Amino acid sequence: MRRLLLLVWLVPLTIGTALLPGLLAGPAWAAFALLPLALLTWGWPMLGHNWRSWRYAERADDLLISRGVLWREETVVPYGRLQLVEVTSGPVERHFNLASVQLHTAAAATDARIPGLAPEEAERLRDRLTELGEARSAGL
Amino acid sequence: MSTSPGDGEAVPALEPKELKAPAAAPKQTQQPQQPLAPQNPKEQEDPKEQKSPKEHEEQEDPQEQKRSKEPIERRLHPVTPLRRAWAPIAVVIGWALHDPDRTQRQLTRLTMTTLLVGLAVLVPAAALYGFLTWWFTHFAVTDSELRIRTGLVFRRTAHIRLERIQAIDITQPLLARIVGVAKLKLDVIGTDAKDELAFLGETEARTLRAELLARAAGFAPETAHEVGEAPVRQLLHVPPKMLALSLVLTAGTWGMLVAALTVPALLWLATHSVWSVLATALPLLGAAGANTVGRYVGEYDWTVGESPDGLRVDHGLLDRAHETVPPGRIQTVRIVEPLLWRRRGWVRVELDVAGSSNSLLVPVAPREVAQAVIEQVLPGVTVPAALSRPPRRAGWCMPFWWRGYGIAVTDTVFAARHGLLSPHLALVPHAKVQSVRYEQGPWMRRKRLAHVHVDTGANKTVTARLRDAGQAAELWRSQADRSRTGRRVALPDRWMA
Repeated sequence: MRRLLLLVWLVPLTIGTALLPGLLAGPAWAAFALLPLALLTWGWPMLGHNWRSWRYAERADDLLISRGVLWREETVVPYGRLQLVEVTSGPVERHFNLASVQLHTAAAATDARIPGLAPEEAERLRDRLTELGEARSAGL
Repeated sequence: MSTSPGDGEAVPALEPKELKAPAAAPKQTQQPQQPLAPQNPKEQEDPKEQKSPKEHEEQEDPQEQKRSKEPIERRLHPVTPLRRAWAPIAVVIGWALHDPDRTQRQLTRLTMTTLLVGLAVLVPAAALYGFLTWWFTHFAVTDSELRIRTGLVFRRTAHIRLERIQAIDITQPLLARIVGVAKLKLDVIGTDAKDELAFLGETEARTLRAELLARAAGFAPETAHEVGEAPVRQLLHVPPKMLALSLVLTAGTWGMLVAALTVPALLWLATHSVWSVLATALPLLGAAGANTVGRYVGEYDWTVGESPDGLRVDHGLLDRAHETVPPGRIQTVRIVEPLLWRRRGWVRVELDVAGSSNSLLVPVAPREVAQAVIEQVLPGVTVPAALSRPPRRAGWCMPFWWRGYGIAVTDTVFAARHGLLSPHLALVPHAKVQSVRYEQGPWMRRKRLAHVHVDTGANKTVTARLRDAGQAAELWRSQADRSRTGRRVALPDRWMA
């Protein structure tokens, strides 16, 4: 998904920066295209790293979500604190047959999202979390 | 909590009702499911309902419909229609002041008859509107909720669940005090300004508050209105002199005053025009004065009390406000120590309650007194004295300010401090933690440092900044465990049940 975004933005930019100065001001200026190209070649494996870094674990009493390579963030959400579990799937996600699970607690700062799950897994996770949330439900 | 005086009151209150029971029998036989209602807390703990305590009438099941006929629907105090009566008059006066010449001309053109016709149409129309909105506003207290029905054209019914109450406020603006009425507001997550009861008679507001609190606490519905007001034990009273001095010693006041003096002086140098100087100086001075005086008037006679049904805060010189926060509703407490107060050892204490706008617990008090109040308000909590600072290399990530950071973890609270000139020390009871996050950026990674964020239900995040990475990971893991065990021993939503 993010690789797609990267491609969508950077490929035209590379071509654009290569063609425009190349045609207007001479071929030497086409070297400007190296910058987006470098970003593209660097970004491709980095996104792979980032994708691999997204993890989640259902523990006995809480859900652990960990993500990020350069900016690491790990979140623990106790099941009893879950207010709402959403499964969302945008048009692009649907095209690749993916879904994301978004968790909400009473604190808006809790940004617990698990993107890029297979729809069956997303639904299983949603049902499981709702069930656990009901069993361990606590007030505010 | 079971030895509290409010509990003791409930026992004698039960007896007269039981004697009366045969007389009320026909009424009760209609409601076989009524005693069931308060006993299904599992159903009420439904996560969906926490998010939306209000539901619309259409979603009600037939059982609820049957029961809804039973509670007595009440109206607000009859002076309510008058509360916006001054608004059109104020608009007319404002318009007249804004453009006096044209008003004069308009007035001369107005004949006596047009004036009379205008008045004859406008006044009854306004009166009718006021009367109708009052007539169509009802409220009723049922076993588990407060219902407010409003609306003339668009009907709106708010169902406010009593066990989800985060705070109850009774406020009396100056005019309302003169007439002897009061506003009653329930803070539940998701309520808005429409869900306040304005206005009620003064005594009615008090008895209603007592009844709502008794029902929310879990007293049997039959006895709830006989429990009466719980006794209050005063914890703290802020003397007016101390409040005035504390406001004088606020840096903001001085900043405003300095701005009010320097800006006009510079303008005078630039323009030499008296009018432009006056035009800037007066509003600035006015704002500085209004801010300080406004805070003094609002925080005058600040009294914090403790009662079995929660924390009581009463304050105000002209507009009186009486706030009640039931036990176990406080999400965070912050101790703020402004720079100019430090020599006197004074602090301000702020608190966060989910869904409530009140955030001040103590406007000013000596540190020991404030700590004693906090220890009463959050049972079993001691304010940690010694905080552990981040490692020295944190200076690479946050030069200078890192010295203000510090954390402490006790059996009951997670405490974190930030701020160098006016340190803010935030305390979160372990049971109130919604989620724990560990965060590390690339530069912090290099210096082996990390933040630990603790999120609470009042949309506040308390952060342990720039800890050693290993220590932070350990803190993050153990905090998750601590908040889990903390939740088990926490008070139930119905604190008397």
